[in-house]
Amino acid sequence: MLRTRQLEYTYPGNKTITFPDIKCEKGSQWLLLGQSGTGKTTLLHLLGGIRKPQKGKVYVADQELNNLSSTALDQFRGKNIGIVFQQSHFVQSLTVRENLQLAQTLAGHSADPGRIKNLLDRLNIDDKINDRTNRLSQGEQQRVAIARALVNSPGLILADEPTSALDDENCKEVIDLLETQAREEGATLVIVTHDSRLKAFFDHKIILQ
Amino acid sequence: MNPLTLSWKNQKDRPLQMLLTLLLFGLGVGLIALLISLNTQLDEKFKNNLAGIDLVIGAKGSPLQMILSSMYHIDAPTGNISIKEVKPFFNPKHPLIKLAVPMSLGDSYKSFRIIGTTHEYVDSIFKEKVASGKLWEGLYEVTIGATVASKTNLKIGDQFHSSHGFADDGINTHDHGDGFKVVGILNKSNTVLDQLILTNTQSVWAVHDHEAEEKKAPAAATEEKENDHATGQEDHTDHDHSAHDHTDHAGHDHDAHDHSAHQAAAPIIKPLTDYPDKDITTLLIRYRNKKDWRSLNMPRSINENTDLQAASPAIEMNRLYSMMGVGTDALRNLALIIVIVSGLSIFISLFSSLKDRKYELALMRVMGASRNYLFFLIILEGLLFAILGYLLGLFLCHSGMALLSGYLEEAYQYEFSGWRFFKEELWLLGGSLVIGFIAALIPAFQAYRTDISETLTTY
Repeated sequence: MLRTRQLEYTYPGNKTITFPDIKCEKGSQWLLLGQSGTGKTTLLHLLGGIRKPQKGKVYVADQELNNLSSTALDQFRGKNIGIVFQQSHFVQSLTVRENLQLAQTLAGHSADPGRIKNLLDRLNIDDKINDRTNRLSQGEQQRVAIARALVNSPGLILADEPTSALDDENCKEVIDLLETQAREEGATLVIVTHDSRLKAFFDHKIILQ
Repeated sequence: MNPLTLSWKNQKDRPLQMLLTLLLFGLGVGLIALLISLNTQLDEKFKNNLAGIDLVIGAKGSPLQMILSSMYHIDAPTGNISIKEVKPFFNPKHPLIKLAVPMSLGDSYKSFRIIGTTHEYVDSIFKEKVASGKLWEGLYEVTIGATVASKTNLKIGDQFHSSHGFADDGINTHDHGDGFKVVGILNKSNTVLDQLILTNTQSVWAVHDHEAEEKKAPAAATEEKENDHATGQEDHTDHDHSAHDHTDHAGHDHDAHDHSAHQAAAPIIKPLTDYPDKDITTLLIRYRNKKDWRSLNMPRSINENTDLQAASPAIEMNRLYSMMGVGTDALRNLALIIVIVSGLSIFISLFSSLKDRKYELALMRVMGASRNYLFFLIILEGLLFAILGYLLGLFLCHSGMALLSGYLEEAYQYEFSGWRFFKEELWLLGGSLVIGFIAALIPAFQAYRTDISETLTTY
């Protein structure tokens, strides 16, 4: 599902990071660990096609991301990769439902209210469906972010420090949700984190030096 | 979720900013549209009322004032001229003059002017006909314009009393012995004719003579005009105008009495040239041949060699336009500045909102939106401002014009419509869209260039 080969990224200050090759099977769940400064977020952006590597290749569902044009890459990402960020951001002027609809339409799908309702149900926040996102608590926001990452049934879900802003209780809940939902959708899950609380939950680990 | 809904929701999320920007844009557009509407309608009215009049002859004074008062019935007249001075112009065999129509500005009724003239004013100058009744014939008979009829509810057979001057302040309402009697109502012509009460010159004289005599010592008046006038005078004093009951005419003997007396005193069939010592206000002239050099010389020779003043309406109106033009130009420039500032405010509004929404935009890219989509989205937001501002502007303009039209009608003696639309307003829409587009261009380009990865890591 997800493969990298000889991935290298050079920052503007000429600092170069070489990443180990990764190979994740379909439906597997991975933890990407490393101290800050080891390029965790950079790697996640490279995997998600948000940033282009100077060297090496990223394959998602056997598609090499670098071979796609900018617009095609945006479309591909929208359809096949769901990303959850550390801070959940939304389109401020829209409600929870509208944000999820936007994710559907931007990926080129038509809006599917049933899918949205079902997801929010599973994540136990269906009562917030018509609320503005800025009126939700941190934990609720992170759940909506998970719903948004899942809404187009992507094959790959990337999460960048999804729990670092959450307390223990919320942390466990969010990880549980990510894990079960990814499994139910049959999606590959890669979580980038330095949060040691998560180590217990996952068997597969990639450690960046 | 289509881009238009998204732009709308984005803007609606900042209602104050949006309101301010829209108001500014609407004011600019509205002011320009108002100027267009006013200018076009004024221009039309002035042109309609030129009515093929080549020259106006009247008393010395301001030529523009003379034109405005005798052709457009806006200003006060410059004074009077005596018939013997203008007698040659009435000669039907005059080599240069095809038509000479006398105008005597009399009193007014409910702020509509009463004009003493000849039938040629209606037949030959405006080429209009009566809608009902007939043109005036006898003394005190009037034919009224369509607007006069609708605004005053005067009907054929009604009688009314005029007031001095043109202001209807209710103080100067006098009983001039007799009332005028409506004998006809003119077709609606969209010219100044709609706003006039027309009668013959002799009626205007009669009203004023009557009044002049009343002002003299009562003794002298009675001596001069024998007992007929004395009765009129007596009637006048005990005649309660407001309590005047029209159905009560039979019992009120003065009406029938006075009428016959006046008609006996002034048989009005006689041409004006038979009254060399009487005055009229102006003479409207149409040349036989406009291009004849003698016609072209006529105004100058009148102005230089006589106590009269001659002025060409076309020239004077052009002069007025060029004078007013400075004002309208200034207003138009002001409106343009407002529109440009509002364009700037669209720009600032989008630009500052983009700062707050930078992460949002990066996020939308992550969700599958292309660079072009974001560019298009921001442009759409600019155009949305422009269209809404334009609509607000048109609304302001037309409702403002509808409100103004009452005041303008009083000031210019014309009806203005607030709900007429002009093709220039389509140009205005085009202009608004261009401004909205230009204002959104830089923010849109910024959105286009958003670096997703950097934005997502920095914020």
